[in-house]
This record gives sequence, structure tokens and C-alpha cells, in this order.
Amino acid sequence: MNSFDVPMLLSGQYHDWLVSGFALSIKLALITLVIALPLALVVAVLRLAPIAMLRAVGVVFVEAIRNVPLLAHMLFWYFGAPEVLPDSIKAWLYERDVEAASAVIALVLYTAAYMSEDIRSGIRSIPKEQMEAGRALGFSFLGTMRLVILPQALRMTVPPLISQTLNLWKNTSIAMVIGVAELMYQAQQVESASFRSFESFAFATVGYLMISLAITGAAAWYHHHYPVRSA
Amino acid sequence: MIKLENVNKWYGDYHALVDINEEVTQGEVVVVCGPSGSGKSTLIRTLNRLEPIQKGRILLDGQDIYGPGVDVNALRSRIGFVFQQFNLFPHLTALENCTLAPTRIRKLPPQEARDLAMALLNRVGLAHKASAYPSQLSGGQQQRVAIARALAMSPPVMLFDEPTSALDPEMVGEVLQAMKGLARDGMTMVVVTHEMGFARDVCDRVLFMDQGSVLERTTPERFFTRPEHPRAQKFLADVLSPWQGTPDASA
Amino acid sequence: MWEIIQTYWLYYLIGQYPEGPLGGLALTLVLAALALLLAFPVGILLALCRLSHYRSLRWPVTAVVYVVRGTPLLMVVFWAYFLLPSLTGQMTDQFNTMLAALVIFDGAYLSEIIRAGIQAIPKGQTESARSLGFNYLQAMRLVILPQALRNMLPSLVNQFVSTIKETSLGYIISLNEVSFVATQINTQLLTRPAEVYLLLGLTYFVLCFGLSRVAFWLERRLAAGVAHQ
Repeated sequence: MNSFDVPMLLSGQYHDWLVSGFALSIKLALITLVIALPLALVVAVLRLAPIAMLRAVGVVFVEAIRNVPLLAHMLFWYFGAPEVLPDSIKAWLYERDVEAASAVIALVLYTAAYMSEDIRSGIRSIPKEQMEAGRALGFSFLGTMRLVILPQALRMTVPPLISQTLNLWKNTSIAMVIGVAELMYQAQQVESASFRSFESFAFATVGYLMISLAITGAAAWYHHHYPVRSA
Repeated sequence: MIKLENVNKWYGDYHALVDINEEVTQGEVVVVCGPSGSGKSTLIRTLNRLEPIQKGRILLDGQDIYGPGVDVNALRSRIGFVFQQFNLFPHLTALENCTLAPTRIRKLPPQEARDLAMALLNRVGLAHKASAYPSQLSGGQQQRVAIARALAMSPPVMLFDEPTSALDPEMVGEVLQAMKGLARDGMTMVVVTHEMGFARDVCDRVLFMDQGSVLERTTPERFFTRPEHPRAQKFLADVLSPWQGTPDASA
Repeated sequence: MWEIIQTYWLYYLIGQYPEGPLGGLALTLVLAALALLLAFPVGILLALCRLSHYRSLRWPVTAVVYVVRGTPLLMVVFWAYFLLPSLTGQMTDQFNTMLAALVIFDGAYLSEIIRAGIQAIPKGQTESARSLGFNYLQAMRLVILPQALRNMLPSLVNQFVSTIKETSLGYIISLNEVSFVATQINTQLLTRPAEVYLLLGLTYFVLCFGLSRVAFWLERRLAAGVAHQ
């Protein structure tokens, strides 16, 4: 093997490709996080609702999404879904960044399904007497959720949510399959253009690890500052 | 058989064992008693190196158990240890619990190990439970199997760390009976226990410990009728007639 | 969708076998099972190293596990794809590349599950095993691991579900697993992508949901067994 070509990574065309890929990966993760978290909250509360039909919708959502790999989700939203749209919308979509849009939809649904389970566990760990006390005071189910249960559940839920964020970060790599030019895609592009597989993949690996370690560090910091204290 | 010379142990800054100098001769049954935190469990656990010591020597049959070239596993196979929590292996039957060590360590042929184990289970009155799993046995039965398991290695000395403290009162008797049988057959035993009745009837010597030191060592008759050390007197009063006397302001 | 199934069911299930290598759903299952089977001893070894008293074992292994868990599986697949030929001196086919990547990746994840399982066994079990005269490895092999693995069974089945989903990444290196085969079918048909990919999703769903129900049932049975004590 030839020597490790560091200059290639520090400047020049390949460097720019890789950095833009890294930036896009971060963008994908952040956009997904911002949409998936509220969605996960909704689904979690749905699964705990007193009405059976609402609970069923939540269960179907979670189980249907979690049991299918993210790659299959991406393929469906990119290849399959646009076909069932009316032609005018389809044309409008293809003018825009349909790859990124499909990737974000797939990522949002996938991440929200997992996060909703973690939130649900956190809520369920709050003794049911809390809900009873809230209802007894006259609050509705949603009101009690918002004012009594969720604030308490949050502390329990943050560590698993951070863990899911780590998964989300790693999952952005799968978007390359449908042509999104994020870090993994760019690493492969650089590899086929320069035949320098080691350098390009080393860069990408370091990129992923940097953010992964930052997220793991955030988890450790949270655990240290906000340890779980039971009543 | 067992000799402790100047044994000292610290947990960080806490002096858990203070200048222990004792000897247990062959065939002796020694009871170690004292209030909680006195170091009696710690002491017995140092004898098979479950707890390390920082100063002093422990000799088994004249051999320093921390000496160079001492194989700790071979050492432990010669000392039988019975735990307060029984610690039977839940994935094995009573018989398999007893045959595991003899077959794997002593390399006994399976049939011979099985015969040995059945004889021991019979001795503790549990031959009919040989194929039962620990989850199917009562606490007293589990502890008796634990005794048989320790005996299966034919150790010259048996150590008991509060063997009946985790048992419901009605099961204490069956375990003490088994231990009494062992003593009668001449086994060298060191027993940490609160069971004063057992101590009175079965043992040859009582060691009273408090705050890491052995404060009194006498025969059971002397200890139970006329203990000398004031803390031993208080201990006996608390244990034997806890409902009498006034609450101690220092307690 | 029914006509698609009728036309392509055999290709979907076993690929081009016997006129070619095994493919489709059968390949997915074989790959997942083999990967988990091989990852298992790797996981046990890594877990024991992470629990070891020797820093020279503990630190490097902990570092490796952290690195593998912080890297996307896709990255590991690419590393395998580009490194394996140089390491083994010959062209590595897609199946073995994917297998190697999965064994490394799942081995690291399994090691965490196994480590937690071992640490959940009460200390008294180790103490009584050591008191009988067993050394560390014997105590692990005869007393701790049998109990820990039994407790971990539901987690292991869930890991199998994850591994089945992970095989889908073989698509990217043109391995003939079920996602790739579905895309081949789509390329032939061209006009029914939504149905093809819905079928793909349904396949994974039935497989994975079914297995996670098994894990759930296992967990219930194990809990009932322990309750006897």
C-alpha cells in the first residue's frame, strides 16, 4: 500500500467533497431530530390514550416501522411513494431535492418509532397514582400528561433518547443508497475518483466517530449532572 | 490446623481486623460470635482468601496461604465454605451441584462422584431430593445441599458464615442438626453464628469479637455463664434476653 | 400485488438457485443466522476481556467496542469490502464481506449485552464457585455463563431481529439478499414500484414481528421460571 496521503484530506477538491458530505449528514440528522421528537411524543401519548382505537393506531405505527429495515424504508419512499402521487405533485417534487426529502421522511418515521417507545417507557415508569391525582383535581388526560406526567418522565427518558440520537446519526449513512450526497456517499465518490480507499474511508470514519463520541459524552455528562432519583 | 498470626485488615481507613492471633486445632469446633460489624464474617472470609489481608500470616497445616507458589484454587478446594445465602447453582440439580467440583477439579469418574454425592445428600437427609433444582427446595433444604456440596471435596476443615441467618426459624433446626452431625464425626469447623444454643451444645471454644478484635476466648460453659469482658456481657444480655433491660442510650 | 407474487415468488424466496448462488429471502436468513452464530463467541470473548482485571486486555477491547459502536454499519461494510481482499490475498465475494462486517459489528453489540448479563449474576455465585476451588475461567464456563446466557435469551432473539434488518445493507455491495432482489424485480417491472417495495416491507415485517413475539414469549416463560424461587 502506498503511504497515507494526508494532504489530500486537508485541502483540494476531495477535501471539499468530504466536508460537504459531513455537513449534509449533520443537517439530515438535525432536521430529522427536530421533526421526529415531537412526532415520537405524539405517538407515545397515543399509545397510552384511554381510547382503544387511538392506542391501536400507535401500535400499528410503531410495529410496522420498527420491523422493517431503514434501507427498505428509504427504497420505498424514494422509488415507491412518488409513483402513487398525482403527476403534477410528482413533477414538482422531482424539481426539488426528492432524494433528501425521501431520506428525511424515512429517517423521521424510523427514528420517531424508536423514540416513542423510549418515551412511553419513561411515562410508564411514573406511578399511575400520579395520573389519578391529576384527574382527581379535574385535569383532562392530556392536561395531566402535559403538566404532571411528562415533566417527570423527561428525566428518565433523556438517556435512551440520547442513545437513539446516536443511532440516528449513524443511520444517516444509509441515505447514500438513494443518492443523497452525505458523508458516506462522498467517501465512496472520492474513493472511485482517486482510488484512495483508505484515506477517504478514514476521513469518513473519523467524521462519524467525532460526532458519536460527542453524543456519548453528552450522555455521560447528563448522567453525571442529573442522576435518576426515585421518590 | 489453622493458625492466624498478627492478622490485620483495613478497608481503606477502616481497621476491620485488629491483631488477630488465634489457633484452631484439628477436630475443634470453634464458634465466632459478636455484634454486627464486629468483623466476624470478614475474619472467616480471610481464611480462604475471599478477603485479602494487609498484615500478618494465616497458616493452614503449617503452610502460609499467601506463600509463594500457593495455588489459591487448590487451597480453596481443601477448605469447605458454607455461605449465609447458600449460593447453590440454580441451573444444576442438587446432585449436580455436589458432583460438579469433584468431577471437574478432583477428576473423579462420574459414577464415583455420583455415589459420593448421594452418600453426602443422604447424610444431610436429602437423598430423595437429589434431582430437584434449587428453586424447588426450601431454604433449609438448600443450605443442607450447600453443606453436602462443600463436603463433596473431602476438605479437612469446614467454614460456616452465618449458615442459618437467612433461614426462616422453623428451618434453622434441620441445618444445625446436620452441622452437629459433622462435629460429632470429628470435622474441624469454624462457625460464625448467632445461634447460641448450637454454640452451647456443640462447640469446643467460643471467640467473642467486637470492633475487629477478639475480646474473649473461652469454653462455652464459661462464656455463657460468666463472660469476663463487659462488652461480651452486654452482647449476651442483648442476644439471650433482648426484651429485658433498659434501652441503651449509646445503642 | 398478487400477480407480482405469482410471477416472482421463487426468485424472491431463493434467488437464482440452483442456477446461481442462493439469493432472496433464503439468503437473508442464512446470512443473519450465520452472522449471529459467529458473532456469539466473538461477543463472549470481548465481554470477558471487558470484565477482565488486566488493564492490557480491558482498555484496548473497550476502545475497539466504542469505535465499532460509534461507526455506522455501512462504514464497517465498506472497510470490510476494501480491506479483506488485501488481508486475505484474494477477491472476497459479497457474502463473505457482508458476513465479516456483521460478525464484527454484532460481536461488539453482543459483547455489551453479554457483559450486562454476566454482571447481573449475583456475586455470591462467583464466590461459591471460587470457594469450591474453581479458577476464574472454570467458574465463568460452568456457573456464570450458563446462567447469564439463559437470562439473555430474549435479548439474543431481539438481536437476531436486528441482524436480519442489518443484512439489508448487502444491497449496497450488490449482494443478492431480499432487498436487492426486490429492486431487481422492480427494474424488470418498472411500473409497479410502490407494490414491490410494499411487498418487501411486508416480508420484513412478518419475519421480524414474528421473531420479536417469540422473544416476548420467551421472556414471559423465563420470568415464570424464576418466580418459583
